[in-house]
Amino acid sequence: MADTDRDLVLQTAALARLQLDEREAQHLGPQFEAILRQFRQLEGVDVGDAEPTTGATGVRDVLRADEVRPSLEPGVVLANAPHRVGDFYAVPKTVGGPD
Amino acid sequence: MSVAAAPDATALRASILTGERSCAQVVDGALAAIEARDGELSAFLSVEREAARERAARLDERHAAGETCGPLFGVPVAIKANMCMEGVVTSCGSRMLANYRAPYTATFVQRLLDAGAIVVGVTNMDEFAMGSSSENSAFGPTHNPWDVARAPGGSSSGSAAAVAAHMVPLALGSDTGGSVRQPAALCGVHGFKPTYGRISRYGLIAFGSSLDQVGPLARSVRDLERVLGVLSGHDPLDSTSLPLPPVEPERPEHPERLDGLRLGVPAEYLGDDLDDGVRRSVEAALECLVELGCERVDIDLPHTLHAIPTYYVVATAEASSNLARFDGVGFGARGEGDGSLQGMFSATRDAAFGDEVKRRILLGTFVLSEGYHDAWYGRALRVRTLLRRDFEHAFEEVDVICGPTSPTTAFPLGERVDDPLAMYRSDRLTVPTSLAGLPALSLPCGLAADEGGAPLPVGLQVIGPALADARVLRVAAAFEASTDHHERSPEGAGSER
Repeated sequence: MADTDRDLVLQTAALARLQLDEREAQHLGPQFEAILRQFRQLEGVDVGDAEPTTGATGVRDVLRADEVRPSLEPGVVLANAPHRVGDFYAVPKTVGGPD
Repeated sequence: MSVAAAPDATALRASILTGERSCAQVVDGALAAIEARDGELSAFLSVEREAARERAARLDERHAAGETCGPLFGVPVAIKANMCMEGVVTSCGSRMLANYRAPYTATFVQRLLDAGAIVVGVTNMDEFAMGSSSENSAFGPTHNPWDVARAPGGSSSGSAAAVAAHMVPLALGSDTGGSVRQPAALCGVHGFKPTYGRISRYGLIAFGSSLDQVGPLARSVRDLERVLGVLSGHDPLDSTSLPLPPVEPERPEHPERLDGLRLGVPAEYLGDDLDDGVRRSVEAALECLVELGCERVDIDLPHTLHAIPTYYVVATAEASSNLARFDGVGFGARGEGDGSLQGMFSATRDAAFGDEVKRRILLGTFVLSEGYHDAWYGRALRVRTLLRRDFEHAFEEVDVICGPTSPTTAFPLGERVDDPLAMYRSDRLTVPTSLAGLPALSLPCGLAADEGGAPLPVGLQVIGPALADARVLRVAAAFEASTDHHERSPEGAGSER
């Protein structure tokens, strides 16, 4: 894998919040490159005036009436949280200095 | 291979209503079949024994009390591990959600329950529905009941294997690029992906939101039709749910005939890369459809060769966005990293996602990233339009399109696992219809053997225009009625009777 390819993979992994270790970079990098190489065939397709298709049926953003409905209890929603404090998700501190 | 006359869901329900069997007996039969075969096949990630037995007992009481029995009354059903049912582990085949218990029930699962079905367990799948063989499941692969050294297809691997091995008559899968149809073909059962939007996605853990569609796997066309009637129909909880009533079956005067129906056969679906056995079975099936009255029309779908890159750009872009929610905060596993929030995100995702999921997140992130978005994602969306137009033009000339579901029969486990492009090509006959949002069904159309090998099932794919779900079912039903391919079962198939 060329250095530029490796940089691209690591840069993309950082954007995707994937922390690839050395083994994964070695393993996934060349596959990623091979897939992109093959998919470059799309560059040669004459798309003419074709508009993008973003949905299969043309139905989009059908909103229901904005009515208050019952929702799940906080305890139910938080039951799967790996770390909680009371009725809140707990995550590492993001602002201010160290505790 | 044996010819087994195990009852389908329709027959099981009927026998419960006449008193020939009780719901409890039916559920015990299914649980016994799972017990007998699943050690070898690994179709199930969890079996809800007690809940299923309790529910069966309650349904028997309701029947005895003379209450109305729904269209799936007493039918044991398996659901795929990306389908939420309150209190049940919904792992998506991933370490990320290995202990995730759904806090609510998907609309389509609720509709199954309202129709009287009994959920007996949760089936194995490729992680987050990304794969064509089950080998991407974090919990190990499912084995094909026809040959346990071979893949059952994917990603609805366990659902297809469970139906093929007669553990349950009916299972739900989800199809993003062929994940119901391809495993149905490789396991010799029926699988249907309805028109996009027919079945609510509320409660289906998302992979590619513009492509994902829930679909049933069964052993008869009438069962598919019955389930579609139960699951389809508008759901206000899904903004892509079509505002239409449930699908009504066509009831032609002569259901065994297809006179005058124009049958499109795309040259691109019968190319040189088909297995000989697949080609022979599908050609024989096409001849059978002509004998039933169809007029064969050879057609072209010229952009088919671009379907794989288009699909894998669109689907991975959507996946990279959908899977961003798995960050160690709200549910599932959490890694620690360097103690920062960003470090926690990355450590969580690195530890809990498998290789194929990482590969697809990387690809999807890349095609959406600044500087590459228009050239990759934007272009793929335009080619998607060309693929859709191919079908629109074809359906000006024909009523349905038929061809193989998969270019090969079931392939050996391990054969493609280190070659992602080879694995992606497994889907090349199913992704075009997914990109176009069309209804497509796979049903058994024969057995094919490698040299000296065991016979393996071949699937015929029937594709209709958007919203012509009932027409697709009618064509499949006429074919099924004139052949006995659907009656073939692998050796050792259990019996949920």
